[in-house]
Amino acid sequence: MSYLAVTDLSISFGGIRAVDDVSFEVEEGEVFAIIGPNGAGKTTLFNLVSGIYSPDAGSVRFAGRDITSLPAHRIAPLGLARTFQNIELFEHATVLQNLLIGRHVHRRSTAPSHLLFLPAVRREELEHRRRVEDVIDLLELAHYREQRIANLPYGVRKVVEVGRALCLEPKLLLLDEPTSGLNPEESEDMGFWIEDINRDLGVTVVMVAHDMGLVSRVAGRVLALNEGRVIAEGSPADVQKNPAVVDAYLGAD
Amino acid sequence: MRFLFKTHYNQDIDHLKHGGDRFWYGLLLVLAAAAPAALGTFYLGELNLVMIYAIAGVGLMLLVGYTGQVSLGHAAFLAIGAYTHSLLLGAGLPFLLSIVAAVLVSALVGAGVGWIALRMTGIYLAIATLAFAMLTEQTISRAEWLTGGFRGLAVPRASLFGMPLTQGWQHYYLTLTLLVVTLFAALNILRSSTGRAMVAIRDSEISAESVGINLAVYKTFAFALSAGITGLAGALFAHRLGYLSPDAFTFLISLQLLLMVVVGGVGSMRGVIYGALFIGFLPQLLAIARDTLPPRIAQAPGLEPGIFGLILVLVILFEPQGIFGRWLKIKSYFQLFPLYRRATHRRQKTYLRTERLR
Amino acid sequence: MAKAILRPVRNPAQGSRARGTRAGEGVTLSQLLQVLINGLAVGCIYGLIALGFVLVYKATEMVNFAQGDLMMLGAFMAVTLIGDVGLPWVLGLFLSVLALAVFGYLLDAFVLRRVLGEPQFAIVMLTIGLGFIFRAVAGLVWGYDPRSFPTPYTGESLRVGEVVVSYENFAILLGTLILCVVLFLFFRYTRLGIGMQATSQNQLAAYYVGIPVKRVFSLVWAISAGVAAVAGILLAPVSLVQPGMGFIGIKAFAAAVIGGFGSIPGALLGGWIIGIAEQVAGVYLPAGFQEMAAYGILILALILRPEGLFAQIQRKKV
Repeated sequence: MSYLAVTDLSISFGGIRAVDDVSFEVEEGEVFAIIGPNGAGKTTLFNLVSGIYSPDAGSVRFAGRDITSLPAHRIAPLGLARTFQNIELFEHATVLQNLLIGRHVHRRSTAPSHLLFLPAVRREELEHRRRVEDVIDLLELAHYREQRIANLPYGVRKVVEVGRALCLEPKLLLLDEPTSGLNPEESEDMGFWIEDINRDLGVTVVMVAHDMGLVSRVAGRVLALNEGRVIAEGSPADVQKNPAVVDAYLGAD
Repeated sequence: MRFLFKTHYNQDIDHLKHGGDRFWYGLLLVLAAAAPAALGTFYLGELNLVMIYAIAGVGLMLLVGYTGQVSLGHAAFLAIGAYTHSLLLGAGLPFLLSIVAAVLVSALVGAGVGWIALRMTGIYLAIATLAFAMLTEQTISRAEWLTGGFRGLAVPRASLFGMPLTQGWQHYYLTLTLLVVTLFAALNILRSSTGRAMVAIRDSEISAESVGINLAVYKTFAFALSAGITGLAGALFAHRLGYLSPDAFTFLISLQLLLMVVVGGVGSMRGVIYGALFIGFLPQLLAIARDTLPPRIAQAPGLEPGIFGLILVLVILFEPQGIFGRWLKIKSYFQLFPLYRRATHRRQKTYLRTERLR
Repeated sequence: MAKAILRPVRNPAQGSRARGTRAGEGVTLSQLLQVLINGLAVGCIYGLIALGFVLVYKATEMVNFAQGDLMMLGAFMAVTLIGDVGLPWVLGLFLSVLALAVFGYLLDAFVLRRVLGEPQFAIVMLTIGLGFIFRAVAGLVWGYDPRSFPTPYTGESLRVGEVVVSYENFAILLGTLILCVVLFLFFRYTRLGIGMQATSQNQLAAYYVGIPVKRVFSLVWAISAGVAAVAGILLAPVSLVQPGMGFIGIKAFAAAVIGGFGSIPGALLGGWIIGIAEQVAGVYLPAGFQEMAAYGILILALILRPEGLFAQIQRKKV
């Protein structure tokens, strides 16, 4: 059985079928890319998988569990983390705080013990800090540790958001347009990090991307969507050559 | 400019980050403890009131400044704390137990309000809390069999461990202790995962959810915590008033509490103390100013609320981060001299950060 | 402060019937009609204030907590111009509304424009602060003694069967109707009105097609303040004019929320619901429920439909 299995998923908004009968499967340990022109339903698909929307029909299974109707905050603890297309960080908090918030699902103590800040809480905090510091090292964020998100440039925010997702210690990472808005150099770095995250940390990655260069470099398999429907699936090279995909991007005559 | 070379993560976790902090806060505590020796009854009483405001302010700040949930009705929790404490004290419950009960009852009501308010955001939440406060005020004034309505309710004299609290300094120390405990607890919450979850909800609900934060649980908790702390302030406030009646807990009080949070600086616990000092001593300043004003203005019953309103407007327009924000600016001006730029602290405006589609 | 909140219109005849009911006389049709008409009249006032909230909110996304106080200023203007200065009736009314409209325009141009784009919380606090200032200033200028506002029709009433409609209430109903028709025509058929609608749907797009967005905002504030003045003038004859009368703005909020905070007919409907509920509670329920009715309904409505009955606010897209 595959790791993430999406079956016949559909949702409509005001009569428009944003995601229409979409099925695909992701194997453990692979990098899977979802491509498609604007409005193809890629982000909506992410929102369905991560529990922000609930689908009209179909199901989502993750690591052998049906997560279709679970709310977002119950899906995250299963080991599913995500980023957002337009960056949804905690603006008025520091990078460090953002990353620590990412470790929310690993908290062990409860609010009453927090009021007193018992020694066990301090031990737990130190543990969180060590784990967060690993992520800071990996993504080279040490320089920005104490800065507020509101003061950071766009490229760094994008990396912080990936960092926050990693702090969750996910098994599956959903990256929504990880390189949009980045300059070529930053995009290149992001590509390397995605490879590192996949290979060294053993995280399965599903990403929505526009950048075909990035997709060909890091993704093993690609799913192409148009107008909410699957139009092609296969290796990056095959999908890029698929006439339906070419039509969708360039417009069929 | 001070550079800290950190050698252990504990240095980030500790409340007092370095020797300077320890010295200044230690000195402040010593001064606060010595105040009864230096101050007369009147000013000691005023300082006591300031600290009661500060406790309530800590409660409101946790909700408004750290969880991002606006409440225009916190006077209701103050009232619930005050009435619960007075009634239980009157029924013969020991002082400390009665305070604890007041906190719990307020927290419970707060949790209820928070739970109801779960699906509301922004202005709807503000209006709903305002309506809740109005209902509470009405209920108190109508439930005469319990609260005495507008006839009022005498607050029984407090006694601690068999010792009656009759002197100003006794109340002062009691309030000081509770303020320190409250501040400590609030700061503890803020440096733990619970506090971070609250901040996360304030800044982005959608990504808070996606890192596994249960919005319902944490919002309800924030309301309960905030209401409980405000209820504690209410219990102490009851002794200050001596006589409870519904018109001691009007919308004006809710507004004063918010004013304290705004003037002090939203999102800072130190701001609460500044704000409390400000609204605590403002009436004194007004009283002094009254002597120099023409009687027609000075005797106007609406002068004080009017001045409150004026200050609120000026702060929002010109110093949206309050006294604490101004302090940060002054500090960085000297630290960075002569390189300070005004833009360092400029706030980003979000035009049409709209949640509205049409 | 609670005592300053206006008690809704209630004439002596109705009061005595109310007591009769509780003694167990049963509900008669004409009595119910009477209660409904009174409720409708109060509801119109709530609706008009709510209309002011909604106009400003739709255009600028600001919530004006000082709307009730603008109404109070309008009422005082009318009392001064007609009662004290002795201007003819129609001229006095016109000038009062105009004065408030100009005031609204300046208020936006000099104060509120500065906080455009700030967090909602800042705007709420700012307008609450403004409300307190208005009240204090009104107290300084006009004093705190309640003043009555005599009209040419004071004391007369229309009698249909057993139902009595005082001319004051009749004026409220008629005035609201006329104002709504005027506003409808304005938004539907004038260039400026259509520009305002466009601005409220998409500020940036409106700006691109050449609508002077800032001026439009100020004009919306002017209209909103003018509507508040009309509400104040209609309310003045049946209530007393005093600085605290703006507190019914809080109940008007309930009306706006129930109406969905985005639609003009919704605001009026919300006002009527609140007004009628209050009158019904005042007559058929024990004392105290009348004051609580508006808030109770508000909270109930928010629990059942947190987005308002005619929802316009939707979840942010990610």
